[in-house]
Amino acid sequence: METRAFQKIYTKLTNITKATCTVEAENVGYEEIAIVAGRMAQVVKINGKSVTLQVFGGTENIPTNAEVIFTGKPPVLKVSDDLAGRFFNAYGKPIDGGPEVDGEEREIGGPSVNPVRRKQPSELIATGIAGIDLNNTLVTGQKIPFFADPDQPFNQVMAMVALRAKSDKIILGGMGLTMDDYLYFKNVFDNAGALDRIVSFVSTTEDPPVERLLIPDMALTAAEYFAVDKNEKVLVLLTDMTLYADALSIVSNRMDQIPSKDSMPGSLYSDLAKIYEKAVQFPTGGSITIIAVTTLSGGDITHAIPDNTGYITEGQLFLRRDSEIGKVIVDPFRSLSRLKQLVIGKKTREDHPQVMNTAVRLYADAANARTKLENGFDLSEYDERALKFAREYSERLLAIDVNIDTEKMLNVGWELFAKYFTPAEVGIKAELVNKYWPKEN
Amino acid sequence: MKDDRTLTRGKVTGIVSNLVMVEVDGPVAQNEICYIQLGGTQLMSEVIKYANGKAYIQVFESTRGLKVGAEVIFTQAMLEVTLGPGILSKNYDGLQHDLDKMEGVFLKRGDYTEPLDENKLWEFIPLAKDGDIVEAGSWLGQVDENGQPHKIMVPFKFTGQYRVKTVVPQGNYKIIDPIAILINNAGEEIPVSMVQKWPVKVPIKTYREKPRPFKLLETGVRTIDTLNPIVEGGTGFIPGPFGSGKTVLQHAISKQAEADIVVVAACGERANEVVEIFTEFPELEDPRTGRKLMERTTIIANTSNMPVAAREASVYTAMTIAEYYRNMGLRVLLLADSTSRWAQALREMSNRMEELPGPDAFPMDLPAIIAGFYARAGFVYLKNGSTGSITFIGTVSPAGGNLKEPVTESTKKVGRCFYALSQQRADSKRYPAIDPIDSYSKYLEYPELQEYIVTRTDEHWIAKVSELKNILLRGKEAYEQMNILGDDGVPLDYHIRYWKSEIVDFVILQQDAFDKIDASTPIVRQKELVDKVLDICRSEFSFESFEEVNPYFKRLINAFKQMNYSEFHSEKYKKYESEISAIVAERKVANGN
Repeated sequence: METRAFQKIYTKLTNITKATCTVEAENVGYEEIAIVAGRMAQVVKINGKSVTLQVFGGTENIPTNAEVIFTGKPPVLKVSDDLAGRFFNAYGKPIDGGPEVDGEEREIGGPSVNPVRRKQPSELIATGIAGIDLNNTLVTGQKIPFFADPDQPFNQVMAMVALRAKSDKIILGGMGLTMDDYLYFKNVFDNAGALDRIVSFVSTTEDPPVERLLIPDMALTAAEYFAVDKNEKVLVLLTDMTLYADALSIVSNRMDQIPSKDSMPGSLYSDLAKIYEKAVQFPTGGSITIIAVTTLSGGDITHAIPDNTGYITEGQLFLRRDSEIGKVIVDPFRSLSRLKQLVIGKKTREDHPQVMNTAVRLYADAANARTKLENGFDLSEYDERALKFAREYSERLLAIDVNIDTEKMLNVGWELFAKYFTPAEVGIKAELVNKYWPKEN
Repeated sequence: MKDDRTLTRGKVTGIVSNLVMVEVDGPVAQNEICYIQLGGTQLMSEVIKYANGKAYIQVFESTRGLKVGAEVIFTQAMLEVTLGPGILSKNYDGLQHDLDKMEGVFLKRGDYTEPLDENKLWEFIPLAKDGDIVEAGSWLGQVDENGQPHKIMVPFKFTGQYRVKTVVPQGNYKIIDPIAILINNAGEEIPVSMVQKWPVKVPIKTYREKPRPFKLLETGVRTIDTLNPIVEGGTGFIPGPFGSGKTVLQHAISKQAEADIVVVAACGERANEVVEIFTEFPELEDPRTGRKLMERTTIIANTSNMPVAAREASVYTAMTIAEYYRNMGLRVLLLADSTSRWAQALREMSNRMEELPGPDAFPMDLPAIIAGFYARAGFVYLKNGSTGSITFIGTVSPAGGNLKEPVTESTKKVGRCFYALSQQRADSKRYPAIDPIDSYSKYLEYPELQEYIVTRTDEHWIAKVSELKNILLRGKEAYEQMNILGDDGVPLDYHIRYWKSEIVDFVILQQDAFDKIDASTPIVRQKELVDKVLDICRSEFSFESFEEVNPYFKRLINAFKQMNYSEFHSEKYKKYESEISAIVAERKVANGN
């Protein structure tokens, strides 16, 4: 950023921590952007003349007489159609060797949508993955994370979902992505010929951690441009939100704030909600859908990050390796899409809700049977059938390599019910059984 | 607002997020409302602390761009709501600004819209006569608000007694028109209009008496009405981990409960959930009045992305509106989703003020704040002998699903009904996921309720309820034994006992909130269902081996479920009724007598 004429330069730092520094300055606005020794920083606290800045690039090697220049503006992103197909860093600067994007300057982290101006989401997002489309149907305007252990292929599944979903733009917000994962996304989108509808904001593991705090706001400001100004369907991918929350805790720790659960700042819920609640369906047709990744440590969902996330997002998707079939499946027990009720049986076939619930219930019977087996008990004849059902259900519907349409998924469901159970055991409404139960030839 | 010149003014000296320090030139009061001048906009704020000549204020807006030196004007008033006809079917933010009147897609800072419509005409019917002696809360007249008799009352702020000099005759008036002139003890004439203001943090206590509540509040949700009923004027809370169906349950209650007015405080929760109410309630019909649900509902929306400080205000705004309608002799249902978010908002502020933290970094006085809030609900006898009630049901979102956290524990001390949502039930899609064994309703122990409930059911009802709970408990024990010893390691009787509890679970407890008929069960139907189920549970059945037990009871459950999906006493209903009898007859052992 160039220095403007008559701009006051401050050179007296009174305090430096690993993530913040404090300078004596006047006439500074809250959340204003400053340049500290060439690095971008943002005002996080003002007490009289003493102004505390969080330095996104870290404070390594910043001297007490570093030059501090205030820009008089909150952080901004220049938006225009030229964003499409481009890769940027956390500050919105190109990292793909292309020219800077010119356009209208928009404040990032802007105001929220008036709830009465939202429309109820009602448009289904088809992914072809039955573990999602059948059991946890996604809807435009929804926000949903993958809860996954670091060793699971969440980035791959997310890329697959992004490409199959019929969206106008895909915006990738990468926080603490490894260089390998960043290149993976780039290649996948490139190979699919989808590069022209992708916008990426990436801060890799090579970049300082505090930078990550800018990524979601950058990505969502671009998303709002396409969804509001252009009425487009925008899909935002945020990976990995756990690393974002870690960056929040670093800053709050350096500001001597009292930590709450799991050393996270007390405002974690509000901080995450501000991001996720940007997901919205507008009456004009534009929408922002957020699919995020929250990595867990050892599958623990009671940790403050996944816990607060779960209360904010509209469901969560769990991946699990099913040892029976040796494939990764979308876990039907712990996964949930809260908005599915808005579309299943309405935008899809009438039997969708009942087939979905019944299959999961029978799968639970199989899980109980498996526990019995592990405890060394004899299985009943029903248990045996439930186990066989579960195996085939897992293989043909839950596995993430499935790619069929919803109607086909429902038919497979009925086929499996008829193969292993009687209508009474299945317990679905009689009208539906009469209509869809496969007739014997 | 008083004359501008006499108001205290101040200058901003420090900013940390939405906490702002202000140096003041005059007196300020705790909880006084003030406005920060930022460019052309005013940012509404509240004084939450005063120390060393500085007022600490929480700003109900984003403080982006605010600078040291900005001017602050104090109003000498606490946070107040505006009460008058026209509140019903409005969508407000946490500070009672009308969301529909705001312009644009995005919320703008300082866009403060009027809560009521000043130009709308209401047909006023006088209730008081000239010469009547009245006091705060007395009814002067009424207008029709969406079919509800909206009473125009002597403002709650009035103290002592007044004589009515005149009341305007029946006719159409605006809310600001004077509708009566009162004379106080000093002989001064005081005009009264249809609209008044009241500070949200102060309870409205213009009633004669608050007895123990006793009247059953029907919700149509079987696991509540039958097993752990809530009463008119009662308090309940629903804690549960995410994904356990708190919101679906609350929505079901708000649609079906026997209330005249429903106030929903969407406090720090998802915007799409509020949108669901915005979308569905104008369409859904209230079965008792035939009007749309939205006509009896007011929504206070402070969704999780709206300013944090207004979250606390939103629950108080909702409670004050509820108290206003209670004083008209109406039954009000107040729902808050979720009280944990409000507690978290308190924690954020306490944290920024660098107060010494209590458990989990929550402020030390959290239990007192929660208790004070729940105490505002209740059933009351008004001074004119009418009754009114506020039934309050709050959800709690315990961190990590762990019920041993400060918000749940503080709430447990004051909420009389406890509806524990179980992750295990939610995982196996047994909705509503209210755990029948862990949950309780203290009201079941009230002789007042016991006396009342038999008039709606039958004289043995209380005994039947405890019998159902016993069956569930014994079924659970049998199931645990089966898991330890194996299916063939336990007596056959254990299987039967377990499956009898499964009938209670599948037929009474589980309910399909998305099925038109099953979603809501009136108490007469619940009674009939309980009798049918108990009849089976009391019968003895004969089986050759345990393997026959499971399929037999599954058939029974299936027939019952089909019956639950059928219209009450319809042909279809009767068909399944006889199917059930036939299945029972197959294996029932004739009684010895």
